[in-house]
Amino acid sequence: MKTVRIANGQGFWGDSVDAPLHLIEGGPIDYLGMDYLAEVTLSIMMRQKLRNPAAGYATDFIDFIRRALPQLVEKRIRVVTNAGGLNPKACRAKIFEVARELGLQGFKVGVVEGDDLLGRLPDLLGRGHELRNMDSGEPLAPRVSQVTSANAYIGARPVAEALDGGALIVLCGRVTDTALALGPLVHEFGWAEDDWDRLAAGTICGHILECGAQATGGNFTRWWEVPELWKVGYPIAEVEASGDFVVTKHPATGGMVTVDTVSEQLVYEMGDPKSYITPDVTADFTSIRLTQEGADRVRVSGITGRAKTPFLKISASYLDGYKAAGQVTVSGPRAIEKARLAAEIVWKRLERAGVTFAEDDRVTELLGVSAVLPGILAAPSNPPEVVLRLAVRDGDRAKVDRFGKEIAPLVTAGPPGVTGFAGGRPKGQEVVAYWPALLAREEIERTLEVSVEAI
Amino acid sequence: MARMAIVPLSRIAHARSGDKGDASNVGLVALSAAFYEVLVREVTVERVRRHFAAICRGEVERFEVPNLLALNFLLHDALGGGGTASLLTDAQGKTHGQGMLEMEIEVPGELL
Repeated sequence: MKTVRIANGQGFWGDSVDAPLHLIEGGPIDYLGMDYLAEVTLSIMMRQKLRNPAAGYATDFIDFIRRALPQLVEKRIRVVTNAGGLNPKACRAKIFEVARELGLQGFKVGVVEGDDLLGRLPDLLGRGHELRNMDSGEPLAPRVSQVTSANAYIGARPVAEALDGGALIVLCGRVTDTALALGPLVHEFGWAEDDWDRLAAGTICGHILECGAQATGGNFTRWWEVPELWKVGYPIAEVEASGDFVVTKHPATGGMVTVDTVSEQLVYEMGDPKSYITPDVTADFTSIRLTQEGADRVRVSGITGRAKTPFLKISASYLDGYKAAGQVTVSGPRAIEKARLAAEIVWKRLERAGVTFAEDDRVTELLGVSAVLPGILAAPSNPPEVVLRLAVRDGDRAKVDRFGKEIAPLVTAGPPGVTGFAGGRPKGQEVVAYWPALLAREEIERTLEVSVEAI
Repeated sequence: MARMAIVPLSRIAHARSGDKGDASNVGLVALSAAFYEVLVREVTVERVRRHFAAICRGEVERFEVPNLLALNFLLHDALGGGGTASLLTDAQGKTHGQGMLEMEIEVPGELL
């Protein structure tokens, strides 16, 4: 019976740079999924691309390619990634450049384009697509001048198409995380566009894999039971044509794969469990059956799904003012009282200077005294030290920068025992806020383009 | 009538949390089918609202996922604006699962 081994070596932008290499070297895999895009990463890439037309993709991925390409070519391990960002063709050109440096050829790279909607926003809004914010209900039009990126989440079909064309590496922009797994499965097994149960199974497989080590013992409640977390093996799914699959990891790695670790990942970032909506299918998490079939092997079966919706999700970002945060450590006797006084001093000095912030736009946290989970965990009454963290946001950058100048004076003009002020004055940073919306899928699907080129 | 014991949720369940916009999601997974029944009975929307009173300013939604012995909670308006806009240290609700496990609940003594 044919099984396809799909691994995930990068759960998010900033994940372990060595994990994908260990997956390639630690045992057999057929596909490697790599996620580089957080919700607002595309906004950063848009700025890079505006400055330099050859930029706008995840440069970390090129570092990975430089290390991994010889083995990918030799072992025919195929990589599916959203590292293409806003400029997948430039990313491909860079990969070919690296290949030439390394003396490698005889492979193809696929590019999926058509998710970038920034240039199309005036047309879409003009034709009556309101792109209302899915959380607040506001229409986009009044904010359109602040928008810095707008991309549609695309599904598994174009990924499969690039693989059908022989691509060893598939570069996408804003593809769903789950499509990094479902795309290869559609390519391998030829699952039909309305084979909802199998598409749901592949989607849930992608959901389990998409956060890397979170399926194999990372971020696990009973952390003390996880062996050798320092060398945790990233997850691998062995998928059958039926859609059933086994979650596992390479031998001789740390971490563990149990019904508990997989269950925890299944409920991560879950909304309505009966309706997990993706561009490809609506998956039903209440249909999943989990069985421990061996050490570090969990079988996932029974998955059902329903038809996809007529919409695709849009992920836009817009500039929404500025923010800054600064912190000092307050040590010695009566640390809590001194930290509270220090905070009061900062806010009063700013007020005297005519700089005030709305209640919701300033934060005082005493880290070490239940700042993160207030009202839940009892705070120590007399800790030897606390970290005072202050943060503000405002539409006026000058106000935010002025706040940043009021932290350092606490060291000499505040209570005693204030230290740990390092890294210079906090400066106002742009707040790039997230704008989720829905758009009729045909608007995007008719302009998707897949191109596969060989070197 | 069985004797009831008061224990933290961490005795009978796992949890993991993350963000969905300005809501946090807290998934709670029971360690056994019997404990799942306890979760369904004890960990009500109202209990969760009170437990997170200093964190969650909006509605609490609860979904049952019996096949995974799990409950999923959405805590709306719980992240100070969410994602990049939030000023909070835990802008993504990563710790809310750990916080949930501190809730004290009644469990039939013979189950422990």
